[in-house]
Amino acid sequence: MKGASLVLEDLRVKAGSFLLSGVDLRVRGGGYLVILGPTGAGKTVLLEAVAGLRRPAAGRVLLGGEDVTPLPPERRNVGYVFQDHALFPHLSVFGNIAFGLRLRRLPRRELARRVEGMARLLGIEKLLPRRIEGLSGGERQRVALARALVIQPRALLLDEPLSSLDPARRQELQRLLEHLHQELLPTVLHVTHDFEEAVALGEEIAVLQEGRIAQVGPAEEVFRRPATPEVAEFLGARNVLSGQVSPDGRRFKLDGTELEVVSRLSGPAHAAVRPEDILLSLSPIATSARNCLRGRVMGIERKGPLVYVTVDVPPTFIVAITPESLSELGLAEGMEVYLSFKASAVHVF
Amino acid sequence: MRVKLGSLGVAFSLLGLILVAFIAWPLIKTGISSRPGELWETILDPEVRGAIGLTFYAAAIATGVGLVLGVPLAYILARHRFPGKALIQGLIDLPIVVPHTAAGIALLLVFGRQGFLGRAFEAVGVRFVSSLPGIVVAMLFVSVPFLVNAAREGFSAVDERLERAARTLGAGPWATFFQVALPLAKRGILSGAILMWARGLSEFGAVMILAYHPMTAPVLLYQRFESYGLSYARPLVVWILITTLAVFLALRMVGRRG
Repeated sequence: MKGASLVLEDLRVKAGSFLLSGVDLRVRGGGYLVILGPTGAGKTVLLEAVAGLRRPAAGRVLLGGEDVTPLPPERRNVGYVFQDHALFPHLSVFGNIAFGLRLRRLPRRELARRVEGMARLLGIEKLLPRRIEGLSGGERQRVALARALVIQPRALLLDEPLSSLDPARRQELQRLLEHLHQELLPTVLHVTHDFEEAVALGEEIAVLQEGRIAQVGPAEEVFRRPATPEVAEFLGARNVLSGQVSPDGRRFKLDGTELEVVSRLSGPAHAAVRPEDILLSLSPIATSARNCLRGRVMGIERKGPLVYVTVDVPPTFIVAITPESLSELGLAEGMEVYLSFKASAVHVF
Repeated sequence: MRVKLGSLGVAFSLLGLILVAFIAWPLIKTGISSRPGELWETILDPEVRGAIGLTFYAAAIATGVGLVLGVPLAYILARHRFPGKALIQGLIDLPIVVPHTAAGIALLLVFGRQGFLGRAFEAVGVRFVSSLPGIVVAMLFVSVPFLVNAAREGFSAVDERLERAARTLGAGPWATFFQVALPLAKRGILSGAILMWARGLSEFGAVMILAYHPMTAPVLLYQRFESYGLSYARPLVVWILITTLAVFLALRMVGRRG
């Protein structure tokens, strides 16, 4: 049931005094785009416009090439998982998941088959006869996902799907989202304020700030080369890497290098190292730091009280030092330097 | 769990008890001062049975009309903002504060033989003065605010996001109303309907002015009290209390289950 391509063309949406303006986005059929932005950036307003719950002032929404801008929500076939789930309290779990299929007048057997199949995929088949009242946050989230996915939507909209969960459930549901996406290939538009969630799930990340898309691109690129000072400030300078965690969770392999890490994960994952956590020296030094890499200075940039030095190992790392250190070390572009950081300074997610 | 009553508890209990006694005493007194034979005789009187039946029947019709016209209004009041909304809200509450005899006269001006609606309906053979439709109209007027207000609160308590979720799942506005808003507001609407029906049953002033005949139970009671005195009216009071209470409790139980 691969999803349809989703294109937003110069979309303008007014919501009270808030204005979402000039949004141009493109998600290929079966793609996964995460919109990352702080609270109040207009993430929900954007999703509502795509779902048809809010009429845009200008611009178009195209699904699979079809202009759906004038269509009401019920004729768009877009699944929407609301931030607080919005499950129907007067229906059972089965009734909730079956809601959209009943409206499509599916034969009883086919309906039950599809509801049960979707429930199995989400691991909630035991919950089907239960009432919504009394379900945990994670269970509700799964029911909401099942309800939105079972109608085979052309696009799936996720509004902060992990924010209401505790860290353990979060990790679990993140894996589930990855799995569902691989399995069913819906076109996903996922909004969040959480950068880990964005990096872990998004094929691409669009940064939304004050009603505008500030930057779109693959996660590593967005973090390495923020398009504007505002984006850089929101994301915080971060070294974001993607690679493989060894089965014992002690090593993180990426192109050309290997880092020592401490993680409970294994397999494909992402890692982040804060520029402030990296020690820069002119020669290898003996410390307790488990990671020591040699690289070449590619650029030096002063930003506020700190100096950011770009070092190509590869991959490229950004290191934050003070102006005093900069002059003491006498750093210049092209110099060979050493980077050291502790295994515990690498955050794997 | 038992909590020791403080001075506030004692004082408030006493004050509350006075009020409970004030309500219960007259009702119990009426009940025990009637002889069983007298009660039996009264219920065998076809005029009494006819009046009680008519009262229940007319109040039920009024409630039915109230549901059909009042629930949509309540939904609009709960969901939309529009100019004049406060005015409409105030207008809906007005019948609660208007003296019911005044309401009856006002209705007579519109539904009477000289009234606009009175003449319009007369053309299709419906007469309001001294007839069942008149009783229904009087009951509807004075009791429908209870239904509209309860239904509006019921709809307001339904999270609008649920309706939006239904829309994204493929439900149009009608399906969303009937499958999400209505079932979730059901409790409020039902208790409003019971309240309206009960209020309709007890209406005397407006009914008496618009339709003295055929006699509803309250009108019959007034007539017997005026013409024959207290002892003749008393057994009828007991029967009105018994039947009203029985139906009211039954409806409450059904409502709680639903």
